Parts: sequence; C-alpha cells; structure tokens
Amino acid sequence: MSLTATDLTCIRGDRLVFDKAALSLSAGQALWVKGKNGAGKTSLLRVVAGLLKPARGSVCWNGIDIREDPDAYQGHCHYIGHQDALKPVLTARENLTFWSTYAGVSRVAEALEIFELSRIADMPAGILSAGQKKRTNLARLVASPAPLWILDEPISSLDTHYIRLFADCLAAHLKDGGMALFATHQDLQVDGVGYLDLNGGGTRE
Amino acid sequence: MMAGFLGLVRRELLLAFRQGSALTLTLAFFVIAVTLFPLGVGPELNILQRIGPGVLWVGALLSCLLTLDRMFQADFEDGSLDLLMIGRVPVELVVLAKVVSHWLTSILPLILITPLLAVSLNMPFDGIVAMEFALLLGSPALSLIGSVGAGLTVGLRRGGVLLSLMVLPLYIPVLIFGVAAVEAAIAVLPMASHLSLLAAMSLGALVVCPVAAAAALRLAVD
Repeated sequence: MSLTATDLTCIRGDRLVFDKAALSLSAGQALWVKGKNGAGKTSLLRVVAGLLKPARGSVCWNGIDIREDPDAYQGHCHYIGHQDALKPVLTARENLTFWSTYAGVSRVAEALEIFELSRIADMPAGILSAGQKKRTNLARLVASPAPLWILDEPISSLDTHYIRLFADCLAAHLKDGGMALFATHQDLQVDGVGYLDLNGGGTRE
Repeated sequence: MMAGFLGLVRRELLLAFRQGSALTLTLAFFVIAVTLFPLGVGPELNILQRIGPGVLWVGALLSCLLTLDRMFQADFEDGSLDLLMIGRVPVELVVLAKVVSHWLTSILPLILITPLLAVSLNMPFDGIVAMEFALLLGSPALSLIGSVGAGLTVGLRRGGVLLSLMVLPLYIPVLIFGVAAVEAAIAVLPMASHLSLLAAMSLGALVVCPVAAAAALRLAVD
C-alpha cells in the first residue's frame, strides 16, 4: 500500500493556497504537515482525502489516481476533520456504531474502551464536552480500521493525558503497517514521523 | 454497501424520531394549510369538492418543501457529509438513502392523514382512493426532485427560499397529473393513464435525480 501525491496545487477562490506540494507514504510511515495558519494544511488534507479537487497534480493510491478510480480508494482512509460529525441527539455509542457499520467493521466496544469513553458512551453526544466529542470522533479510527489516517488537528481540545494516549494509538497504528498524514500545532513525539512544511520548507524524513 | 445504505436510513429515521419536530411540524402544517381553505372559501360543498384535489396536492407539495432544506444541511454543518462523501457507499446511494428517509418521515405521514382531510373537503370515496394512489405513486418524485435542489443549496446560509424557487416549478407535472387522476376518479372516468404517468415520473426521477444530487454534493464539499 502506498500513497503518493505529486505537483499538487490548490487554488481557493482567487488565492493560491499551495503550489507544487508533493508527498509519499508507504506502510508504517507518517507525515506531519506543518505550516502557519492559512498555509493550506486543511486544504492539503482534504485534497488527499479526495474531498477537494486540486487545481493541478494528482493523488495516487497504490499508483492509481484517486479521482479516476475513487472506488479503489474509498474505505481505505479515515478522515478526521475540524468538525466532529456527531449527531447531538444520538449517544456517543450510537454515533460510533453508525460510522463503524457504515465503514463495514464494527469494533465499537473496544474503541470506547481504548479512548476511555465507556462511562459516557450512553449520554447524548450533544451534552459531551469538546474533548469528549473529539475522543468519540477519534474512536472511529479504532472502531473500523483503515490503513490511512488523515487527521486535521486531531488533538485540539484534548488534555495531556489523552494527547499521550492518542500518540500511543498512532504509534501502534504505524507499527501495524498503517499510514498517517496529520496536521497539528504540537509535536506528537511519535518515532519515525517525517514532516512536510507548507511554508516552503519541503519534505524531510 | 447495502449495510451502509440501510444503516444510513436507520440513522435518519432514528434522528427524525428523537428530534420529532420534522415529523410533527410537517404534518401540522399540512393539516392547517388544508383546513384554511374551507374557512377561507366558505363551506359551499360544491366548491370544496371542486377545489379539493388541488388543495390537497398543493398542500402536500408545500409541506414537503418545509423539510427539504434540511435533507443534507445538518450533515453539511457537522462534518458528516464529508465522511459520507468519502465512505464505502457511493454518493448516489447516500442521496437515495436520504430520499427514502425523507419520504418516510415527511411524506408518508401526509399520505396517511390525507383521507381525513379529504372528507373535510367533501371528496367522495372514489376520489379519496384515487388521491391515495396518486400520492403513493407521485410523491417519490417530490422527494427525488427535491434532493437535487437540496444538494444545490446545501452550502448556502439561507438556501430555503432559493430551494423553493428551484424545486416548485419542477413539481408542476406531478401536480397536474396528480390532480387529473383524482378528478377523473370523481367523474368516474378511467384514471390509469394519469397514475401511470405519475409512476413514470417517479421512476424517471429515480434514475436521474440521485446522480444529479450527488454531483451537486460533490461541488458543495469542494
């Protein structure tokens, strides 16, 4: 399994967000996308997830352009965005169960356990705190495994304990041969993570 | 894929029942809108019978519009739409799941209460039966056509009015043949041709609309 992107250019409105971005990931690798506010981190992640159409360039999954054959890519990546994708009137467990059955695999109990959500699993998501919502959203990663994680600010509103917990989770995912592409403002301190600097610094392993 | 589709329908129904508002508000609006006519036009039985089919159909169209703008809006706002777009289930099927849930939660209750309102409009029994058949066959087209409008206006802050302006003209054929079927039945004329046309419109919309709505949604998340 591999993910490569070459010559990505993204234009939003009339503004050039980033130009000639390139990245490549293979099993067990992760890339930390760095950049100032407005450098295009979210846009890059959305392009790679297949949500945004790049103005130029292509993203290839196992060598096949994801825009030409979206079916081959679908279901292989998890996208965690700024929004939590939780329905306030459903409980955390119901939200998680829905997304994991939607993805085809359902290991909800295990995921709730790992992210220490069992106690609040049967409360409506609407009354959970921001950090609890974030964890419920992150639990999707474990509830239905997928090789590629695309994470946009995964640790915002988490406390240090849960940041550590999430970093361990990410490390375990990489160890199992998974891949990750994430944008954070804070170092996750996971071994072997390369970075991609959208301020013009290029990539480094 | 099928499990994902059914899971989505199940979630939509669960949300509708938990929130309750969509279900009861559309129904209440339909009942009130239709009841206003006897009050406004006067209790002249001949007139009521004459305008009955049209009033019920227009009432149903307008009530259907009420919930249409929320078809994708909530998912767009909370980020669920992003995940639905890149999930295992094709976007066209996601649209179809939304349409099925919209029909079940917003239109089926209208169809069920229609006989009661039809009696208040002095509609004869044959007319009521025809009205039910016409609604059952024609109303899927309403949800399906509406899904395209809902997809196109999903990113707009106040898309509801624009949605109505786009969708209502497209509802005209359904309205014409829906009313014609009921009037034919009341006049003891054959109504099969009208009903077939209504069914044809629903089937045609079933083929075209999910594809169009999916394309609109792809633009919306881009």
